[in-house]
Amino acid sequence: MVTHTMPQSDPILGASPLRKEGRAKVLGAAQYIDDLSLPGMWHGATVRSSIARGSIRSITFSAEIDWSQFCIVRASDIPGENTIVHLTKDHPCLADGVVNHPEEPILLLAHPEKSALLAAVAAVHIDYEELPGVFTIEESETAVENNDAARIIWPGSEFGGTANCFKTYLMYSGEKDETEAGIAAAFEAADFIVEGEYHTGAQEQLYIENNGIIAECFRNASGAVESVCVRGCMQCPYYVVHALTLVFNLPEDKCRVIQVETGGAFGGKEDFPSVIGSHAALLAMKCGHPVKIIYDRAEDMAATTKRHPSRTRHRTAVSKDGKLLAGTIDVAIDGGAYSTLSPVVLSRATIHAPGPYKWPHIRVKAKAMATNIPPHGAFRGFGAPQSLFGLERHMDKIAKTIGLTPEELRRRNFLATGDTTATGQPLIEKVDMQHLLTRALEEAGYHEKLARFAEENKHSSIKRGVGFAAFMHGTGFTGSGERRLNSLVYVDVLEDGRPQILVSSTEFGQGTNTILSQVAAQTLQLPYDDILVAQPDTSVVPNSGPTVASRTAMIVGKLVERASLQLLDNLREHEHLPADHTREEFIAAAKSFRAKHGELRASVRYEPPAKIYWDDELYRGDAYPGYAWAVYVAEVAVDLNTYMTTVTRFDALQEVGKVMHPVLAKGQIEGGVAQGIGYALYEKCVWKNGRMMNNQMTNYIMPTSADLPPIHVHFEETPSIHGPGGAKGIGELPMDGPAPAILNAIENATGIAFNTIPLLPEDMYERMSSFTDPPLGGTEDLDPSTDQDTRTEVTA
Amino acid sequence: MRSDVAQFDLSAPATLDAVLTQLAAEPGKHTPLAGGTELMVALNTGRLTQHSLLSIQHLKELRFIRVQPDAIHIGSGATFTNIRNSAEIAADLPLLIESASWTGTIANQNRATLGGNICNASPAADTPPALLAYGASITLISAAGTRTLPYTEFHLSYKKTVLRPDELVHSVSVPRDFSDYRQYIRKVGTRNALAISKIALAALAKLDGDHIADIRMGAASLTDRPLRCSAAEATLLGKSVDAKDMDATVRAGRAALASETHTIDDIRSTAKYRSAVAGNLLEEFLRSLAS
Amino acid sequence: MSLVQLTVNGKPQRLDIPPMKRLLDMLRHDLGLTGTKEGCGEGECGACAVLLDGELVNSCLVPALQVNGSSVCTIEGVSTEGQLHPIQQCFLERGGAQCGICTPGMILATHHLLDKHPNPTLEQIQEGLAGNLCRCTGYMRIFESVQEAAKLGAI
Repeated sequence: MVTHTMPQSDPILGASPLRKEGRAKVLGAAQYIDDLSLPGMWHGATVRSSIARGSIRSITFSAEIDWSQFCIVRASDIPGENTIVHLTKDHPCLADGVVNHPEEPILLLAHPEKSALLAAVAAVHIDYEELPGVFTIEESETAVENNDAARIIWPGSEFGGTANCFKTYLMYSGEKDETEAGIAAAFEAADFIVEGEYHTGAQEQLYIENNGIIAECFRNASGAVESVCVRGCMQCPYYVVHALTLVFNLPEDKCRVIQVETGGAFGGKEDFPSVIGSHAALLAMKCGHPVKIIYDRAEDMAATTKRHPSRTRHRTAVSKDGKLLAGTIDVAIDGGAYSTLSPVVLSRATIHAPGPYKWPHIRVKAKAMATNIPPHGAFRGFGAPQSLFGLERHMDKIAKTIGLTPEELRRRNFLATGDTTATGQPLIEKVDMQHLLTRALEEAGYHEKLARFAEENKHSSIKRGVGFAAFMHGTGFTGSGERRLNSLVYVDVLEDGRPQILVSSTEFGQGTNTILSQVAAQTLQLPYDDILVAQPDTSVVPNSGPTVASRTAMIVGKLVERASLQLLDNLREHEHLPADHTREEFIAAAKSFRAKHGELRASVRYEPPAKIYWDDELYRGDAYPGYAWAVYVAEVAVDLNTYMTTVTRFDALQEVGKVMHPVLAKGQIEGGVAQGIGYALYEKCVWKNGRMMNNQMTNYIMPTSADLPPIHVHFEETPSIHGPGGAKGIGELPMDGPAPAILNAIENATGIAFNTIPLLPEDMYERMSSFTDPPLGGTEDLDPSTDQDTRTEVTA
Repeated sequence: MRSDVAQFDLSAPATLDAVLTQLAAEPGKHTPLAGGTELMVALNTGRLTQHSLLSIQHLKELRFIRVQPDAIHIGSGATFTNIRNSAEIAADLPLLIESASWTGTIANQNRATLGGNICNASPAADTPPALLAYGASITLISAAGTRTLPYTEFHLSYKKTVLRPDELVHSVSVPRDFSDYRQYIRKVGTRNALAISKIALAALAKLDGDHIADIRMGAASLTDRPLRCSAAEATLLGKSVDAKDMDATVRAGRAALASETHTIDDIRSTAKYRSAVAGNLLEEFLRSLAS
Repeated sequence: MSLVQLTVNGKPQRLDIPPMKRLLDMLRHDLGLTGTKEGCGEGECGACAVLLDGELVNSCLVPALQVNGSSVCTIEGVSTEGQLHPIQQCFLERGGAQCGICTPGMILATHHLLDKHPNPTLEQIQEGLAGNLCRCTGYMRIFESVQEAAKLGAI
C-alpha cells in the first residue's frame, strides 16, 4: 500500500464546514422516527411490572376491552431465544413468569389506533407473588455476606459472575504477589495513609427525543417468517441486528436495521434499542402489520437505562514530600437487575481509577452488583466519570492531609512521556500534564481567585471557590477490543463521480457525518460538499463497529482515510489520475473506472497502526490505543442562605490530537461539561422500591440556559498515529472532569468536603447543620410518594 | 400522551355571561380552562379527571389591567406576560412583576393566567406570596352576582378554596401605595428557571426610624396553602432593626415564622431544608432593612 | 368534534377535530407538519414551541379549540421557499444545532426573542431561551447563533 501525507492546501480537516445534515435540521425537515409512518401501520405499547421482584401468579384481561381488536405478544410467542443478548443471556426480552425490576416488560399490545392502547394497558391486571428486593450496592453486598438466600437476586453466570455480582476485576500495576508485597511495604513505611469513600448517583441521559422504533416482519409464501426490518433512533444498528438474530432465530442478512435521524443518545440508545426493537418486531410478526412503538417521557425515564451509581474507596500511602507510594482502590457499581453492559462499564471504571498519575504499586478491585432496578447502561464516560470522581476528590484530600496545595500534589505525581501507566502501558506518544495544568490554571485565573475569594468570603454569605480536576480518557475499545470488532468501511464512488461513505457509525448530533466527510474530502482532495454519507442501513453499510467509546473520529475516521487513499491508489494505478488532481480529473477517472468495472469501491478493515499488547486475564498492557488528556477548572459560588451552588465559570482544557472541526469540537466539550454540571449539582434520580419516582422533566432537574456558566474551551494538539490528521476521540472526555472539579471548588469555598454527587442544597444544608458525618438526612429525607404540585404517577 | 382526547369535551361560550349561565345551570359539571398550563399537563399525563371543560381563555371581560387611584385591578384572564408588560404594575407592585417572571418559561408565561395560578391553589404557586403581602382582595363572579373578599380568606386548605362550583375568579385588586415600603421577594427552586418553588417569601416593611411600623409577608410552600405570615408579622411589628437590636429581632422573627410553618418532605425537597431556608430568607430581608 | 379554522404558516386550514386535541398533534398528524416535536408532554422542554398569534407557546399545552380564528407559525413557516431565514443560517453556521431535535422550538424562541429584543443582552437571551432545553450543546453555540442573528438584524 502506498501511503500519502495529508495534502496541506486548503485543509478541510481543522476547518468548520457546515454540518452535513444541518440544513435539514434547521429547516425542521429532518425526519426522526416519530415523524415517520408506514402504510397500514399499527401502534404498540408495553405492559410492565409494577413490582420490583417476584413471580407472576396470573394475568387477567378485563372484559370491558374488546381484545379481539388487539395483538398480544407474550414470552411464549418469541420464535427464537427469549433474550436480549449482551455478553450474557440473563436479560429476557419479555418476562416469563418472574420479574426482577419495576417496569420490566411483560406483555406487548398492538392496535391500529394509538389512543386505544391506553385503556388496554390499564385493563391488563397482573397478580404477583412479591419477593424481597435489594436496591443499593450495600444491600446487595450484605445479602451475599450474610448468605441471605431470599435476597440473592441474581444467581451468577458462566461469564465470571457470582451471586448478586455480575463481574469483578482485579488489576495490579505489576505481577500480583510482587505488587501485594510492594503495597504492604509502602503502607508500612508511609508518612501518611489517607482513606476516603466517594459516591456517585444514577443519571438519566435525557436525550430530548424519546426512544422509538418502527418494525416490519415479512413472511414467505408458505407463511413462515422470512425477515424483519427495524428502523428507529439508535447508536449501533449492528447491535440491534445481533439481538434480532437471537429473538427471531434468523440469520444476520434477514435482520435489516436502519438508523434514522436521532435526537440525542449519550449512550442511552446504545443497548436499549435492542429491547424496543425486538418488541416492535415481535408485534409486527404477530399482527402482520408494521408496528410503531414510541415511548413518552415518563415511560422512557422510568424504564430505560441510566448511568451506573458507584462507590469508590481509596486507601493511599503517601510520603511527606507528596509522592504516591502505593494505593488500593475498591470500585463498586450498581448494575441494576441484569448484567447487560455492566462488565464493560466496570472495565473502564477500573482502568481509569488510577488516573493520570504514577503509582509505584496499585491494586484496583472492582465489582458490579445486581439490584432490582431497571438495568443501568451506557452513558457518556461509561464508568470513567465514576472512578475519576473518586480519584480527583481523593487527591485533594491527600493534598489537604499532608499540607500541600492540590496543584503541587498533582505535579509531583503526574505521568509523563515515556512513563508506564498502572496497566503497564508505556506512554510513547507525548503527554505533558505539567503544561496542561499550568495553562488551565492560568486561563481560569485560578491563583488570583484563590487569594481574592479567601479574602472576600470573610465578609459574605456567598462563598466563592475554585477547584480543578486532572484526568485522561482512553479512546477506542479497550485492549484487543478494536481488533475483535474488526471494523469494516467502504467508500464507493457513485455514477456522478461523488464519493459516498458507507459505515454503520451513526450521527446523533456529535458530528459523525461531518467529520467523516471532512476526512474523505481532505484525503481525496475534493470539495467537502461532494462527499455523501449513506444512511446506516445494515443491508447496505458494513459493520464499522458501534458508535460508542469515543472511537468514531479516531478509529473509523482512520479507516475512511485509508479507504480514500485506496481509491486514489486505484485510480492512479489504473486510470492515470495525476498526483495533484483536480476535481474534474477525479470525476473523469472514476467514471472511466466504473465504466470498465461496474463499480468503484474501496474496502478497508481495521489494522492497529502499532502493536497493541493486552492481557484480558491479568488486565495488563496497552489498555487503549490513545488517550486525551485534560485539566478542568471550576469556579463556584455557594449561597449559604439557600445552600445552592452555582457554577460561575468553567474552563475546559484538553489535548486531543487534532481538532478536526473547531465548532463541533467546542460544542462537544460544552455539551459534555453541561451534563457534568448536571451530574454534580442537579440531576438526582429519586427512587422508591427500585422505581424512578421523578420520571418527569419537571422533577428531574437538568440545567437550563439560565443555570449554566460561560464555558471556556481550550484545545491543544499532539497528533496521535491512530486517528486521521492525528485526531483522538473527545466525545466522552468532557464528562469526566466537571463533577470532581466542582466539588473540589466547593470544598475550597466552604472548607467542607462533600464526597457524594449529586450534591443538592438539601444535602449541603444537612451537612452544615449536622453533627454526624455522614450526616443523617439531606436528600435521604426526600419523600418520593409525595408530590402535591405535579402529582407524579404512582403505578399500582 | 396518556389521555384519549375523544373522551373530553371543550366548548367556548362566546361571553362571560354565557359561561356563568352554564356554570350555574350545571354546577360542578364543567371545569373552566384558561391558558391550559396546568390542566393540559394533567391531560398529557393522564391525570385530568374532569371531562367537560369550558374555555374562558378568549373572554375579553376577564383579560384586563385597570389602573385606578387607589388600586390596580387585574383580570383573572391576564397572562403573566400581560402582567410583566404593565408599566403601572412595574412601578407600583414590583414583587408581582418578579413573581410573574419566575413562572416557568416565556412560552408558559404567554399562556398562564393569574386566575389559573390562584385557582389551581398549589401551595407553591408563584403569584400568591406577593398578592398576600400587598394585601390584595379578590372578586368572584357568578350568575348570581359578585363578591369581594380579602385574598387572605381565599385559600382554605390544601388546594381547597372558597370558590363555589358556579363561580369564576373575576379579578384581583391590589392597593397601590407602597412607595414608602421596603420590598423583598425571593424564590428558591430546584434551578434558576423552570422551577417549582421549594420556598418563596415576599415581604414589605415600612420603617419609622429604626422601628418596623408595618410589615406584611406572604410565603409559598410553608404550609398546605399560600401563607400570609401573620404570626411573624405580629411579632416583628414595632421591633427595632438598629444594629444592636438586629440579632434579637431576627431571632424573634425566625421563631414566630417557625410557629406558623408546617413544611413537608416531598419529591423535590425536605421539610427541614424548607424551614431552614425560609428562616434564612426572613433574616436576609430583616438585615436589609438596616441599611 | 369541533370546527376549527385557523391560518398555519400563512395558509388557511379548516379541521373537524376533537376540541381537546393538542395543537401539537393537530400540526403533526392532521396537517403533516412534523417539524414541531414532542419532547416531554409537560410544557418543560420547549421542543413543541410554535408562535400563536405572534406569541411563543408550547403547543403540547394548547387545545385545538382555542386556536380557532388564530394564526400559527411553525418551523416550516420560518424559511421562505426553501431560503433559510437568517436565524436558521446562523444556527447552521455557528453549531447551534447538534442532534437537531430541540432546534425547531429553539429557532422559534429565538425568533420571538429578537422580535421583542432586537439587540438582546446575554441575560435576555438566557431568559428568552430558558424554556427550551438542549441536552447536546450546553447552550454556548446557541447563544452565539442568536447573537450573530441579532447582529445581522435578523427580524
